[in-house]
Amino acid sequence: MAAPQFKNPVVRWIDYRLPIFTQLNHEYNEYPMPKNCNYLWSFGAIAMVVLITMIVSGITLAMNYTPHTAYAFNSVERIMRDVNFGWLIRYIHMNGASMFFIAVFIHIFRGLYFGSYKAPREILWMLGVVILLLMMATAFMGYVLPWGQMSFWGATVITNLFSAFPIIGDHIVTWLWGGFSVDNPTLNRFFALHYLLPFVLLGVVFLHVAAVHVHGSNNPVGIDIKGPQDSLPFHPYFTIKDTFGLGVFMIIFAGFVFFAPNFMGHPDNYIPANPLVTPAHIVPEWYFLPFYAILRAVPDKLGGVLAMFGAIAVLFVVPWLDTSKVRSANYRPLYRQFFWVLVVACILLGYAGSQPAEGIWLIVARVASIYYFAHFLIILPLLGKLERPRPLPASISEPVLKGGGRLATAAAAKPMEKA
Amino acid sequence: MRSLKKVILAAAIGLGLTGSAFAAGEQIELPKQEWSHSGIFGTFDRASLQRGFQVYKEVCSTCHGMSLVSYRNLTALGFNADEVKAIAAQYTVMGGPNDAGEMVERPAIPADHFKAPFPNEQAARAANGGAYPPDLSLMAKARPGGEDYIYALLTGFEEPPADVKVPDGMYYNKYFPGHLIGMPGILQDDSVTYTDNTPATQAQLAHDVSAFLAWAAEPHLEARKQTGVKVILFLLVFTGMMYAVKRKVWADAHH
Repeated sequence: MAAPQFKNPVVRWIDYRLPIFTQLNHEYNEYPMPKNCNYLWSFGAIAMVVLITMIVSGITLAMNYTPHTAYAFNSVERIMRDVNFGWLIRYIHMNGASMFFIAVFIHIFRGLYFGSYKAPREILWMLGVVILLLMMATAFMGYVLPWGQMSFWGATVITNLFSAFPIIGDHIVTWLWGGFSVDNPTLNRFFALHYLLPFVLLGVVFLHVAAVHVHGSNNPVGIDIKGPQDSLPFHPYFTIKDTFGLGVFMIIFAGFVFFAPNFMGHPDNYIPANPLVTPAHIVPEWYFLPFYAILRAVPDKLGGVLAMFGAIAVLFVVPWLDTSKVRSANYRPLYRQFFWVLVVACILLGYAGSQPAEGIWLIVARVASIYYFAHFLIILPLLGKLERPRPLPASISEPVLKGGGRLATAAAAKPMEKA
Repeated sequence: MRSLKKVILAAAIGLGLTGSAFAAGEQIELPKQEWSHSGIFGTFDRASLQRGFQVYKEVCSTCHGMSLVSYRNLTALGFNADEVKAIAAQYTVMGGPNDAGEMVERPAIPADHFKAPFPNEQAARAANGGAYPPDLSLMAKARPGGEDYIYALLTGFEEPPADVKVPDGMYYNKYFPGHLIGMPGILQDDSVTYTDNTPATQAQLAHDVSAFLAWAAEPHLEARKQTGVKVILFLLVFTGMMYAVKRKVWADAHH
């Protein structure tokens, strides 16, 4: 790549010494994207914007928040009532957490559907799983900070999980709490870590982006770019496409923030934490419900904890569990069916996690949990051997130019284009 | 096949959403009320809020505090600064210490929070047969159903079914979880005499005080909704323009 000639002499002067402009031009201007990437490929950029939104709103909230059990709840209410636009910042942050998970879950399922984790993108995928883990830890600790009833009892339930480990379990829990129950030291360290982890997350996101730019994005056909006819420069084609996708996402985001800000929250968290009164049902935030369902589906405490962590851990090795050489599910008739079963299983797990662990929903949670693990540990390795993939097109642009292929249909709804 | 999958997926997502929103607690069907502040363009009915404040002041505040609300906030109900000062001055709060190091009683000022009916939880319990009347500042957000629940609770006192034994000091309420509540059905027709000639029926009193509590829990509701309308309108125009630009940019990209 030849270094671009910048007209601005200052830019040229800087770029000669520190080629950040060349770098930006390379990565975000002329960077070749497969031309057939649909709107599902916008969710990485969307997640990035939401992350920045969370960091900015979070720093602003931290300026007005008091991490002490006696003041935390009222300091949040002071933000809601007396801080200029505090209600807006806090509702953005509260709903932003949910929107972040929505964007990232779609991003992950897109990766699973189109085989974006396959060689040479294994490290990219694993960094993504690290991001998911960091998000979950950050969101969990953030939910504790308002010090409402669900904050306190959620923290109690989740930290107590570690007591399931033999011998060291109780010591781990005491160490996490900084005492003998969830109390002020717990709140203090959770606040410190809740402030720290998003920046760690941002660093991993940087590596994640660096990794995707090595071999470029995957695409709905799942075959590599064969020549310039298969790709389009990132700018303006994908900057504008992502901006439009982001706009649609932001309308939904704003809809929650302004018109249903507490829809995804829980009323109990507007009751100050009370260690002496346990809520009738302790439920985590919606994005943890599938994992919560797996935890409770196992009749043994340690087994449940291991299954819950295992549900994430298994994602790390998906690139090696999937033995098929074909990336895109559009050309894998069997995998495509199983993918949708997995989606339904995850949603059922989410619903089961919101219900008391008894009766029909416990059975549903168990069946769906078994499917979740079987999908990755049994079905993925076997399918690669048993499945007869459909013939792949010779290049990305071939089905585009001939107007054939069914790649467009399985992708997201996108009425305005054929690619 | 494809459409069937979409239907299943949509149903499952719908199930997941309703499930997480109403996850905890058995649901008792609440009668839905009309609130002027509900809906996208909803605004508070100031007259109703003022009447609701009167109900709180004359009835509820005997037992329930509202520690997060200050007298100065009452200007949002349409009271002017002098009226707020006069309302605050009706209460005596502990101030000080003065230069001699003594705590002194003084009239409340607009900056003071609503005066609590009891000095502490123990005193509240002692005066209420062991039950603790909860703070009402956030009640409309801290219960599933919000102001509809408050209205239903206030009008839901009734004779218990034959098979339910109500212990001394407890009352039967159709909408309270578990039905046995420590609060008597205190709101009756004409419990309060309204100054604006609104008939003070039980339903009207319950409606007004529920609206007042909805305001107390979410005092910036109007600003939130009005800002929201502008933000969404902006985003619709912006996104529409981006769509047009996208079409234009991509026009030459397909063939």
